[in-house]
Amino acid sequence: MSAYPPMYFKNRLYYVLLAAGGLIALAGLYAVYMMEHHGHIITGMNNQIVWGIPHVFAIFLIVAASGVLNVASIGSVFGKAVYKARAPLAGLLSIAMLAGGLTVLMLDLGRPDRIIIAATNYNITSVFAWNIVLYSGMFTLVAIYLWTMMERRMNPWNKPAGFTVFAWRFILTTGTGLIFAFLTARQAYGSALLPPMFIVLSFAWGLAVFLVAQAALYAWNEKELDPAILQRTKNLLGVFVIGSLYMVTAYHMTNLYFAHLSGFERFILLDGGIYPNLFWWGYFLLGNLLPLALIYWPGPCRAPCVLAASLLVILGAFMLLYVFIIGGQAYPLDIFPGHEVSSSFGDGQIAAYHPSLLEFLLGFGGLAIAFIITITGMRVFNFMPQDKPHIAD
Amino acid sequence: MSDIDLYRRTFLKTSLGAAAVAIAPGMLLFDTAHGKPQPASGKVRWGMLIDTTQCKSGCDDCVTACNRENGLSGATSATDSQWIRKIEIKDISSGRELSLPMMCQHCEHPPCVDVCPTTASFKRADGIVLVDKHRCIGCRYCMMACPYKARSFVHEPLHDQNPDVPRGKGTVEACTLCVHRIDQGLQPACAEACPNQAILFGDLNDTDSEISKKIRSVASVQIRANLGLNTGIRYRGL
Repeated sequence: MSAYPPMYFKNRLYYVLLAAGGLIALAGLYAVYMMEHHGHIITGMNNQIVWGIPHVFAIFLIVAASGVLNVASIGSVFGKAVYKARAPLAGLLSIAMLAGGLTVLMLDLGRPDRIIIAATNYNITSVFAWNIVLYSGMFTLVAIYLWTMMERRMNPWNKPAGFTVFAWRFILTTGTGLIFAFLTARQAYGSALLPPMFIVLSFAWGLAVFLVAQAALYAWNEKELDPAILQRTKNLLGVFVIGSLYMVTAYHMTNLYFAHLSGFERFILLDGGIYPNLFWWGYFLLGNLLPLALIYWPGPCRAPCVLAASLLVILGAFMLLYVFIIGGQAYPLDIFPGHEVSSSFGDGQIAAYHPSLLEFLLGFGGLAIAFIITITGMRVFNFMPQDKPHIAD
Repeated sequence: MSDIDLYRRTFLKTSLGAAAVAIAPGMLLFDTAHGKPQPASGKVRWGMLIDTTQCKSGCDDCVTACNRENGLSGATSATDSQWIRKIEIKDISSGRELSLPMMCQHCEHPPCVDVCPTTASFKRADGIVLVDKHRCIGCRYCMMACPYKARSFVHEPLHDQNPDVPRGKGTVEACTLCVHRIDQGLQPACAEACPNQAILFGDLNDTDSEISKKIRSVASVQIRANLGLNTGIRYRGL
């Protein structure tokens, strides 16, 4: 390496950040130990809400891991210099978030010790099993893509690698959407709209994460981002947020049109207690309207304003996923249409879910893993965006 | 003869003895586990016809029998396993009320089997849908996919299990149609326990079986038939 060490931000700061991330990851590990020892009885999950807070975190991380690569794709596939300079950071963030998300997903299993069975007994009809291939393929392809950027001799392969990653991440997010799209039996899911919806959501969430990471890394390295670049990425975030809001609207509009789904939509959007509140106040207002106002309000939106907009988009993502995953399970299955039903197993009733602290610890543990991988990657590799003084595409 | 040869003989003898001691209990257990040596037959399709006109509201003898047979606690909190449950239904427009047992419908095209990443959810040749407790990793995707909410997840450590019905913390489980009883030529516990003979068990593929004759002569339905899963459990009087 060159005259100055590859560690861009100061030693002390790095170790403080590492310790903070490590502590949270350790707390996550503690949650895993408790869940393994006592069983899922100590979580808020039950036989009605079978996927809970850990899945909200895991799916956010996996979807954002795919979307963050947009930055790299715009550089490598569409040849935009501003984005090309950011491709290494985007690749690193993608690997980090994928690792964090998969860790949460895996450690929430009833028997994580048996994870190897997923490789030895492969079910070709299971979209979960397809995703195992898609996720491991993603790790490999992004690693190769990073290699083509870092190693001069591999540079000619950068464009094909970029194209492959571009295609792969579309398929990967399709696979994530299909996990729900294939659930024919449940009112909330089983829609072909879900894979494209997840793809567009991934654009917004991935870019928001990227902008937050970029802001933090620039601040920690005492560097300042060119306002012109900030302006461009900010506008792109605005377009992605509008696109994702359109997809979510289309999903609910189609549901509203189907008479047999009107009860479910009423529950999610109107009288379902926490779910409509999170949807309208959390997702719609804080996660969409407010960031869009920040982005498009006349006058300059400087770094803190872009950071705030990005953080709000991320907050909205968690709200939407909570409503989608937990709310979708809380509404009772319509086993006997046109009938009132009751049983000892929650038939016909809204299922209750009170997430436990351990679930949040596991989720934040996943975020911490992604954080540790990112800061360590940034310390070891020369991934800080290097912008030329004059940008012309 | 040298000492080395003697040593080798002793070593071989000891090894053989140790191997025999190690294997023997396993062989003995295998024998006493009274599993059926021949595999399930694809010519058979086990199923049930449940007569809701005979099923009494408030009676849960089938549930009690299932719990006893399969070693379930019988508790009904949101985290307890319920392999079979009684559902009370009331037609919103006409007010007609019915009571019926609901359990795994043993579909011909089970969504739980399709979605299981590890092939732990599987359908036996004779149509019984089961979970291989050694392969289940506890992802609960099958519970998300089941249109009948027939599956439960074991949320806490278990004690005093029925040796014929292995269960395990962190895995998913459901009605096995009392496969261990069927393999011994017996009926499922719920069918046997019903005081009103509302549950008729038999081979849907055998045209001469009582269940086939009944299904030919009386109107019966599959629940959520629109999903095209071709369930093994049919209901009369719905």
